[in-house]
Amino acid sequence: MSVDAESTQPILQSYVGFDSITSQIEKKLLKRGFQFNVMVVGQSGLGKSTLINTIFASHLIDSKGRTQPDEPTRQTVEIHSFTETVVERGVKLRLNIVDTPGYGDQVNNENCWEPIIKYIKDQHSSFLRKELTAMRDRFIQDTRIHCCLFFISPTGHSLKPIDIVVLKKLTEVVNVVPVIAKSDSLTIEERIAFKHRIKEEMAFHNIKLYPYESDEDDEQDAALNESIQDLIPFAVVGSEKTIVVDGKTVRGRQNRWGVINVENENHCEFIHLRNFLTRTHLQDLIETTSLIHYESFRSKQLLALKENGQQQQQQHH
Amino acid sequence: MSHPRRPGNRKNVKKGFQFTLMVVGASGLGRTTFINTLCDAEVVPKRECDEPEMAHIEEGIKIKPYTVELDEDGVKISLTVVDTPGFGDMIDNEYCFQEILGYLEQQYDDILSEESRIKRNRRFRDNRVHALLYFIAPTGHSLREIDIELMKRLSPRINIIPVIGKSDSLTPGELADFKKRVMEDIAHHKIPIYNFPYDPEEDDDETVEENSELRSLLPFALIGCEEEVTVNGRKVRGRQYPWGVVEVDNPQHCDFVKLRYALLSSHFQDLKEITHDYLYENYRTEKLSRSTDSASDNDSGEEDEHSRLKEEQFKKEEGKLKEIEDRVQRELKEKQQELWTKEQQLMSLEANQVQVQ
Repeated sequence: MSVDAESTQPILQSYVGFDSITSQIEKKLLKRGFQFNVMVVGQSGLGKSTLINTIFASHLIDSKGRTQPDEPTRQTVEIHSFTETVVERGVKLRLNIVDTPGYGDQVNNENCWEPIIKYIKDQHSSFLRKELTAMRDRFIQDTRIHCCLFFISPTGHSLKPIDIVVLKKLTEVVNVVPVIAKSDSLTIEERIAFKHRIKEEMAFHNIKLYPYESDEDDEQDAALNESIQDLIPFAVVGSEKTIVVDGKTVRGRQNRWGVINVENENHCEFIHLRNFLTRTHLQDLIETTSLIHYESFRSKQLLALKENGQQQQQQHH
Repeated sequence: MSHPRRPGNRKNVKKGFQFTLMVVGASGLGRTTFINTLCDAEVVPKRECDEPEMAHIEEGIKIKPYTVELDEDGVKISLTVVDTPGFGDMIDNEYCFQEILGYLEQQYDDILSEESRIKRNRRFRDNRVHALLYFIAPTGHSLREIDIELMKRLSPRINIIPVIGKSDSLTPGELADFKKRVMEDIAHHKIPIYNFPYDPEEDDDETVEENSELRSLLPFALIGCEEEVTVNGRKVRGRQYPWGVVEVDNPQHCDFVKLRYALLSSHFQDLKEITHDYLYENYRTEKLSRSTDSASDNDSGEEDEHSRLKEEQFKKEEGKLKEIEDRVQRELKEKQQELWTKEQQLMSLEANQVQVQ
């Protein structure tokens, strides 16, 4: 917001009360509820469903892993969308979780990312169509993916060729947050080295991850974003089971050699990821999807439509 | 079928045994670390930190044998470990299976042609692979497509022992469930793995107990570690986590010790015998009867057809054997001819000498 150098802000003689607009907005928004669409992408067995359930502290989705011997292996990537409404202190959050079972699980994974990219674009497309309709809904239901959690296998070496290809394509159309799954199989040194390698590789391939830098950020935002960018990819461990540690009930995993406390920052970065997604950047994820990814899709589509129209006109002449 | 090691065989003890083990699995499952842990030495060099520019390049699978001399309780073992870096790392992994299969069959081909020679090389090195450790990812679900495909395709040529890599990412409950599901999967797809066979009627109780215990551990839960850490004052090979230390040599933590003993002490003889007496023989029969065309007429009567096919196969095999016989005869004749020519030369030389004198 720019302030005219010449004019000075008028001083209010008495309390007007327009500052209550924030609570007016809040009241309306609370009534309407919020919508958050998150997609998980990664090979089966990396703990995707468990992590979602851990982040939102409830059993929202079931693992799509193959558990019966007579169950055939999936031959294509499927898109499974699941909606559930969670409420916290009167705030309604409509959560839409999009799972992508079959990704990276075949012997030949050529083009396994195409159904995923198509799905993301289809949501933009459907939103655009609804926007452009003459008689459109007052509030268009938002199915656009606000965040894509990309699961990296904890090999400890580097990204796989397929990861690089898919990350490049995903970051062009959606906010991508990479996580190192099942990071309890990496020692701290291995984790640090692995993260360093991954960051180098992403920088080399110019892969743009969320959060993006913005001129609008103030010092505080910029500092927070920088600390997030330092942490990415988040080394996480998920668990729906609880264990008692020092008298406290925490979510964790019990082994013969110790107990992993998911909520302990010395054990893994789950808390950082959870806070990032829900407590600090939830609104920003939704907004950047609209302001950056959707806008870019929209302008490309409209330009294409315009060129199409012009070509047709020329043909008529 | 398994024989306990014969202690009194001095000659073999001095000479030592030879054993070849192949290790297959996607990168990052602890394959290389396992090899080094098994040999207690850095046999396979640690993966160099490639440049970040290399991450997206699909290099394809490589087959790398390493030989190391081990001493197991006074018994010398010449262990060859064949590593297969690059398996499963590409976007399309169809090619990997063929590479490995080709390598295994190549070793069989070498033996086959060596056996058929008239003059055999006494120092011929037998490079046949006696066992394949296949590393399964610790997903906690069950087998992936690539796991099933690999084991199906390679089991006719080699003893496959499935193992779980990086098994410390599973809790004891998860591990037990996972093992059960993997074995159910293997049974369902009828994959013939090496499952420590025994005959409850023929074998003694000790053998039956030993083998059924090992069978119950399948797939073996593995952890690899080359570094030592200190736990309660003692030095152990293990991985230090913020929540505790996983010890490689602790049978409560993983199955490494049991597998190592089976591979290098109790069961390598059995693995070698199966490779030679069964797997190699099958390959040999298939290969020798492969070149003749298989004419399958569409006659009625399944039984007739079945017995006729068998007859045909017998004839084929007979024909093949006859071919080999003929070839051997030919080579014998050639050698005889050679000898005769040389004799003639020698005689003429002698005659010349006499003349000169």
